[in-house]
Amino acid sequence: MKHTFVRAALAAAAMVLPFAAQAHKMWIVPSATVVSSDDALVTVDAAVSNDLYYPDHFPAQLDNLTITAPDGSQVKPENPWTGKVRSAFDLPVPQKGTYRIALVNQGLFANYEVDGQKKRWRGKPDEMKAGIPANAKNVQVSEMASRVETFVTQGKPGGDALKPTGKGLELVPVTQPNDMVTGEKATFQLLLDGKPAADLKVTAIAGATRYRNTQDEQDTQTDKEGRFSFTFANAGMYWVNASTEDTKTTVKEAKQRRVAYTATLEVLPQ
Amino acid sequence: MRRLLPVALCFLVTPVAAADMNLTVEIPTLKVAEYHRPYVAVWIEREDHSVAANLAVWYDVKKASGEGTKWLKDMRQWWRRTGRDQSMPIDGVSGATRPAGQHQLRFTDGKAPLGTLAPGHYELIVEAAREVGGHETQRIAFDWPAKAPVHLAAKGTDELGQITLDLNP
Repeated sequence: MKHTFVRAALAAAAMVLPFAAQAHKMWIVPSATVVSSDDALVTVDAAVSNDLYYPDHFPAQLDNLTITAPDGSQVKPENPWTGKVRSAFDLPVPQKGTYRIALVNQGLFANYEVDGQKKRWRGKPDEMKAGIPANAKNVQVSEMASRVETFVTQGKPGGDALKPTGKGLELVPVTQPNDMVTGEKATFQLLLDGKPAADLKVTAIAGATRYRNTQDEQDTQTDKEGRFSFTFANAGMYWVNASTEDTKTTVKEAKQRRVAYTATLEVLPQ
Repeated sequence: MRRLLPVALCFLVTPVAAADMNLTVEIPTLKVAEYHRPYVAVWIEREDHSVAANLAVWYDVKKASGEGTKWLKDMRQWWRRTGRDQSMPIDGVSGATRPAGQHQLRFTDGKAPLGTLAPGHYELIVEAAREVGGHETQRIAFDWPAKAPVHLAAKGTDELGQITLDLNP
């Protein structure tokens, strides 16, 4: 029980880590992003790790896994499993079009003191009363909203799965996320609560970090319309991340909201 | 005799044969422990990379219920440019994988699958992908229609051998 709590806390810490340090990255990565058969199936890993994409730290929890099919319907994963360092599941992709596979986390994060002891709490708004003792002092609550996602396309990219929900940071395709190849510019739009997220730093890091000495991070900035572009010279899986902070909280106790977005995008050779 | 005359005139003004292209694709013989015949796609692109014609797709048509289409995406360029827009099999275009050797294909202007190409600059693309093997793409640029017979060629290095394209006006 305690172990589970520690894990949840660490996973939560990892979720907000982009604000603090780049050490741990949460990710979700599919075995393939472009498939060509109605019978195709992908298997997906989700974890929090130092290296991309090697599970070496904690599993990502699948409680808030949302899979949207091209027709907009929600799909259940097959064989979901959470191990010591990684979660995994299978996903048949019978529909033509693009599937969105997302870990959408929302919650509250609190720091407080009881009898001079520093404590932390994480949970949902309706759990806060029970979660933070009445005699707690210096209670600082922040809200967090994170989306960690990836995409898989059977046949031609498209469909309703990428329609924005209007909550948190979201990616809108200008280039279809499963239509990226080396040397060709890929452009996307970032929305914050459904509106263009302007002037936001976006970072891309190629996978297989174990086999090189540097992160080789590529940074860009969203424009006034929230658009950003990358041209990748090398094929591979890319971890694309952006985050921001504001005061648009949904609970009055929270002064600050932290919003993060992460996508795993595959770039294929020409 | 007077009735036959218009028919005879017709023959005189119509070209003897429509413009055509003769293509030879060589699948090389490979000395490997595990050999599977490659998937091969042949198509024509306009200068903007849009696809003007799908000429051939050789894949494992016999495999049960879509097993054969599972690997179509390995012909990456074909899949991205046109394959993912198609419904397999493509009548008069797709067929079974072929063994190592020279394969001759002939396409006639105005007839499927070549159809009628607008005059312009094009590229013929041959892409091969082999299970547990490699992947190779070769391109041959050409102008259509040819004013005189033209002989063009490309040489593959791994998964494709000699490719020749003969254009006749």
